[in-house]
Amino acid sequence: MQVTVKLFANFRNNRFNKEIRTIAPDITVGAIVTELAIKKEEVGVILINGRHGSLDQGLTEGDTLSLFPLIGGG
Amino acid sequence: MADKIYRVNMSDLTSTIEDVPESWAGLGGRGLTSTIVAEEVPPTCESLGKHNKLVFAPGLLTGTIAANSGRLSVGSKSPLTGGIKESNSGGTAAQFFARLGIKALIIEGKPEKDVLYCLHVKKDGVEISEVPDLKGKGNFDTVNAILAKHEGKTGVISIGPAGEMKMCVSNISVRDPDGKIRSAGRGGLGAVMGSKNVKCIAIDPAESSAVEINDPEAFKAAAKVFAKALVDHPVSGQGLPTYGTAVLVNIINEAGGLPTRNFSSGQFEGAEKISGETMLELMEERGGKNRHGCHPGCVIRCSQVYNDADKKYLTSGFEYESIWAMGADCCVDNLDQIAEADRLMDDIGIDTIETSVTFGVAMEGGLLPFGDGAGILKMIKDDIGMGTPLGRLLGSGAGSVGKAYGVTRVPVVKNQAIPAYDPRAVKGIGITYATSTMGADHTAGYAVTANVLNVGGSVDPLKKEGQVELSRNLQIATAAVDTAGLCIFVAFAALDIPEAFSAIVDMLNARFGLSLTADDVNTLGMSILKTERSFNLAAGMTNKDDRLPEFFSEEPLPPHNVVWDFTGEEIDAFWDF
Repeated sequence: MQVTVKLFANFRNNRFNKEIRTIAPDITVGAIVTELAIKKEEVGVILINGRHGSLDQGLTEGDTLSLFPLIGGG
Repeated sequence: MADKIYRVNMSDLTSTIEDVPESWAGLGGRGLTSTIVAEEVPPTCESLGKHNKLVFAPGLLTGTIAANSGRLSVGSKSPLTGGIKESNSGGTAAQFFARLGIKALIIEGKPEKDVLYCLHVKKDGVEISEVPDLKGKGNFDTVNAILAKHEGKTGVISIGPAGEMKMCVSNISVRDPDGKIRSAGRGGLGAVMGSKNVKCIAIDPAESSAVEINDPEAFKAAAKVFAKALVDHPVSGQGLPTYGTAVLVNIINEAGGLPTRNFSSGQFEGAEKISGETMLELMEERGGKNRHGCHPGCVIRCSQVYNDADKKYLTSGFEYESIWAMGADCCVDNLDQIAEADRLMDDIGIDTIETSVTFGVAMEGGLLPFGDGAGILKMIKDDIGMGTPLGRLLGSGAGSVGKAYGVTRVPVVKNQAIPAYDPRAVKGIGITYATSTMGADHTAGYAVTANVLNVGGSVDPLKKEGQVELSRNLQIATAAVDTAGLCIFVAFAALDIPEAFSAIVDMLNARFGLSLTADDVNTLGMSILKTERSFNLAAGMTNKDDRLPEFFSEEPLPPHNVVWDFTGEEIDAFWDF
């Protein structure tokens, strides 16, 4: 199945901003993070379709996964 | 030598140096400005009249080696909200005040004569002189005029033409270490300074000395722990220095909470173009610079130098809030236009949040089409800057413009424009907007941390559970941080790293020879909030002023299609402490 993966801040370095990826149906967010060679402890915020998610969560066809390091401002 | 209170009476153009009353001794920054305003300003007074006062105070840790401790609090009764106001800023002034032993500078009264004045603050007192030639001058020219007369390090606090015209959107500018300016932005404090005919304050750092530290070794040890925590935390150590505060554009947009098109959607199509990531790329291409501090001793350095396409300096201190307000809220996706507006607004001396939210409302009313960045730039310059009748209207803020154009979607609380997080999709910050004594102010209790950013725990932004408590805890802690003179961005580390919070308490104790506990600091925060609220109630506000505008409850916000669903009773529970 296909999902959209969006990366932000320094996660973009040497990777991509946005990519449509084909993944196995039972794959978790954590597995995608590993596939992208991002250290799990560096993942600050996971959004799935704009809602907060977790590393052990699965995805469904057409989901948008957004990955951020810990960031802030204001 | 003990710190003193410097008091300037603009009615008879005299000044005095006074001992610090015992009840003010343990206070600084916001705690002190709010206490002085509450004690000395009649709550029902005309904010632009002779009974209002303008108070400047460095924080309790300002002037020391503590990282990020150089904030200047400015307090008064706000002409925008009609309530108490504290707005704080970076720049060099606070550290100069602290090192001159000036615990607070109070400006009171109102001159008979229609001429502008400069206050020259020195160790031995304040000289008041007429500066008629600065009439109508922008902040940058004003800073240069002062530097032409005084030595290069002189601290400068000034207002632009908007403050002289007593506009509710006007701010107070503070010179930064590079000669650019930072602002005490919110609540129309520039108008209060203008009402007293004070165009500028020049602070002479000569005869300043190191602030007294009761236990220097203990202070040094705690300051080291504190600075290390700031550098170690990913938000203050990496994200902010690299991308600036605009790093938030994309995440708030992805979370569906970026107020767009005058608060009618939570996502902006052009978000990527105005994001921190894009800003960094442009700065790298154009020879700009990230990692720029707003005051000496800042280890976070979230500011930057942003150049135009010809690699010429355009602006610095280019903040998320400013970018969001003219960007998403007015649908302008051109970062260069926003940067140009940022510089113009700094020069004219107007709050970027209040001004751009005002334009969003005016666009809804049909004054300009959404997305018309060039139109906004022209009106800022030719109307607000020149004080045309339209400029005066725009300069009175989002609430007034909403009324003038018959707009019902007017995002204000206590008449102050709501900043860059939609309260329907980030409910914790909605509680802060509703209950803050300052009017809608994200910095008063930044619940975006736990709601969106996973800092200091996590509380689902789309649900009501836990939001009142979250906002209350943050508002109490923030009042204390503002009293210490610390930058609010130290909170990211202080919320996540226990040693960072203890280090703040340890530094306060070592500086003053106290034995405060974390509970004492909490109690201090609570008492400041209560002092401020009592002032607002005495000024005529009620719990009904702690409410968000009706449209937030009526209009579902895309993409999550959520509404603001707190009852009045639930909001009022905020004050149960």
